[in-house]
Amino acid sequence: MAIIRFNLNGKAHSADAIPEMPLLWYLRDSLGMTGTKFGCGMALCGACTVHVNGQATRSCVTQMSSLAGKNVTTIEGLSADGTHPVQQAWIENDVPQCGYCQSGQIMAAAALLEKKAKPTDGDIDEVMRGNICRCGTYQDIRHAIHRASEIKAGGKA
Amino acid sequence: MSAGKLNRRGFLQVGASASAGLLVGFYLPERSKLAAQSADPVRLNAWVHIAPDDTVTFMIHKVEMGQGTVTSLSQLLAEELECDWGKFRTEFPPVDPAFGFQGVVGSQSIRTSWDPLRKAGATAREMLVQAAAQSWGVDKSVCRAESGFVVNKSTGAKLSYGKLTGAAAKLPAPANVALKDPAQFRLIGKSMKRLDTPDKVTGRTKFGIDTRRPGMMYAAIARCPVFGGKAASFDDTKAKAFVGVKQVVKTSRGVAVVADNTWSAIQASRLLDVKWDEGPNANQTSANISKTFAERAQKPGVEVSKTGDVAAGLASAAKKIDAVYEAPFLAHATMEPMNCTADVRADGCDVWASTQMQTLAQGAAAQASGLPATKVRIHSQFMGGGFGRRGMTDYVTEAVEVSKAIGAPVKVTWSREDDMQHDNYRPASYSKFEAGLDAGGWPVAWHNRIACPSITNSNGQPPQNGIDRTSTEGSHDMGYGIPNKLVDYQWTEVGVPVTYWRAVGYTQNTFFVESFMDEVAVAGGKDPVEMRRKLLAQNPRLLGVLELVAQKSDWGKALPAGRFRGVAVVNNVGSYTAQVAEVSVDRGKVKVHRIVCAVDCGHVVNPAIVEQQMRSAIVYALSAALKGKITIDKGRVEQSNFDRYDVVRIDEAPVVEVHIVPSTQNPGGIGEAGVPAIAPAVANAVFAATGKRVRKLPIQLT
Repeated sequence: MAIIRFNLNGKAHSADAIPEMPLLWYLRDSLGMTGTKFGCGMALCGACTVHVNGQATRSCVTQMSSLAGKNVTTIEGLSADGTHPVQQAWIENDVPQCGYCQSGQIMAAAALLEKKAKPTDGDIDEVMRGNICRCGTYQDIRHAIHRASEIKAGGKA
Repeated sequence: MSAGKLNRRGFLQVGASASAGLLVGFYLPERSKLAAQSADPVRLNAWVHIAPDDTVTFMIHKVEMGQGTVTSLSQLLAEELECDWGKFRTEFPPVDPAFGFQGVVGSQSIRTSWDPLRKAGATAREMLVQAAAQSWGVDKSVCRAESGFVVNKSTGAKLSYGKLTGAAAKLPAPANVALKDPAQFRLIGKSMKRLDTPDKVTGRTKFGIDTRRPGMMYAAIARCPVFGGKAASFDDTKAKAFVGVKQVVKTSRGVAVVADNTWSAIQASRLLDVKWDEGPNANQTSANISKTFAERAQKPGVEVSKTGDVAAGLASAAKKIDAVYEAPFLAHATMEPMNCTADVRADGCDVWASTQMQTLAQGAAAQASGLPATKVRIHSQFMGGGFGRRGMTDYVTEAVEVSKAIGAPVKVTWSREDDMQHDNYRPASYSKFEAGLDAGGWPVAWHNRIACPSITNSNGQPPQNGIDRTSTEGSHDMGYGIPNKLVDYQWTEVGVPVTYWRAVGYTQNTFFVESFMDEVAVAGGKDPVEMRRKLLAQNPRLLGVLELVAQKSDWGKALPAGRFRGVAVVNNVGSYTAQVAEVSVDRGKVKVHRIVCAVDCGHVVNPAIVEQQMRSAIVYALSAALKGKITIDKGRVEQSNFDRYDVVRIDEAPVVEVHIVPSTQNPGGIGEAGVPAIAPAVANAVFAATGKRVRKLPIQLT
């Protein structure tokens, strides 16, 4: 066990954790923050996506020891009340079906919009192809990302 | 618990952005309990409970795995109860015989709820109206139910449902209630927003894997890599030395590592040194399985359906063609890997599970715990996908075994590798065809022989007289009028467990039948739509979707250079679907650009959810058509994760257009309706593009 200090959803956090343990399991099992999902354990499906220093990051392969001094944001911290533009657009488009992959999809989409305010379909393909959805919500995700881009730019919510 | 403020009625207000201040219910059993303590809901019937503080609770006995049941079943109840949309809570109830069999399989939720749930809403409403009439001393014809109140039409007085619920519950339930004329529907037939969306975009929704109980341990299980094998002995020295590991216990099909966190349990389960008794399947290979099917298909099977005289029809045909098709095993690969939390005590057993089969899960937990079923409580959770996999109960049995062994609550989590290599699979299948055409190029004889394992056998019910209709559905019930037809089945077990997979036998047989029908059209010199149109003359609903899809896809009109179309139709789960795929093929790589889909699923409860389910089925089926393949070597599954069992991703997902046929017929199923026609529509388009007939799935040209 080791003490690892980082910022979690905007607050200073001191973790007493197994250094090799992936962040995913620390969030879920140690903190009970179950919004971040386990899908593959090998960074192949994107269900566990969080932000580390603003970058979309697969928490299933991110060791706790790598987080000292970093800023970590999870789905629970993306917005205080579910009103991040991506979440708004997701609600407008009723994107989720089973919903299991959607935390990861939303975190990936939010990071994409920070980099590219108005992503093209090609930009969306390039980033979002890392996130699997077995319910096949891809067409709805694409629409919702374009919509989130509008909302973020001040478009009518 | 989560953020989100509850007002006194217990509703969760979602952000202002969500469709004009819609109030949505919350669905978590924990929260329901809080509300229940304060409000004492009164049961008017199994589905409708109303508390004196006006809180309406709908019991959703068909669990949610993405197919929209929480929303669509609420539409049925709220329509007749006459309460406002969203001004109710929903809950997944425990197993209760009042609901009948509790399970979500065969796309049956709407079909089997259409009458009972409208009646449940109407019965509760009538009891509330009667209670109001009695309190006012008037005839009930003077009263009208409206937006959660009963209104006295002559005085204008109003009583809320909460004020009436206590008296209403004491009244006898009316035996026959009149249901609304569909022309009066205000909710059914409307694209109501999904009630489960807000919690699914904030991470608040609780899936089975999110269960946490006081004192809970975490476990992972090493299982024999060969199907049917068992642990003969094991050395757990290394596993026990791993950080966080507390205990190692044997289960009926493996060895469980119990730890204080999931990661340690999974890592340490891989450090177990287990000597497996691999059993009789240790040398099985995919090549041998194909060979076994081919050998069995040399001999006649059991007749499943027969029309006319196939031998005579073939003998008199002007032209004959034949072909052999094959489909591989497929994993379900739900995004939420299998998992279950169990707490077995001397006096009872609690199980928290994402399960498609609450009733069967209760039975499995009873058997594994040694307790009577009445002592087993199933806490149904949201499912991170089901697709048939969660109709099984193996993961429930294991969790109960481990909890019983350690005397504590435990969550057993399957790694993705466990999930993929210890699934029960969509059966691999082998299908042999012969057709005879008359001088005009129309088919007069059709023979299809199928060899594959039996799903019912894997699920404990060996086929009676060698017939398992799940193995031949899509073939024995195909909708084409051909005067001489025979479908026979060679039940062939090959040591790989199989089960229901979204759309079941149609997933392989519709590919076989609709591809071979294309071959018949080519042999007869007919356009594929023209051929089907004539053969569907006696099948108006299938013909209807064929005509609609042909029109909407501009069938017969020119496409941009390099694009080609293929068509397929299917009648499954009580619905009728036709799809046209538009593809291009570049150096052997197939790209699916667009799918046009026409569906006739009878009376539609929620058009947006129907469209969503068709888009979903199309992507799920396309993953299988283009990529899906589970192979066996040395009795083991060779694929273990999404690297070697890849699925369609966003850049490969086609644009999907769904057209719904307006209908007042009873509802058909929808969750599986969109799956079967995809593989043949794409394969037929590939033939149009390349002249190469795809007779083996997945569709891989290089």
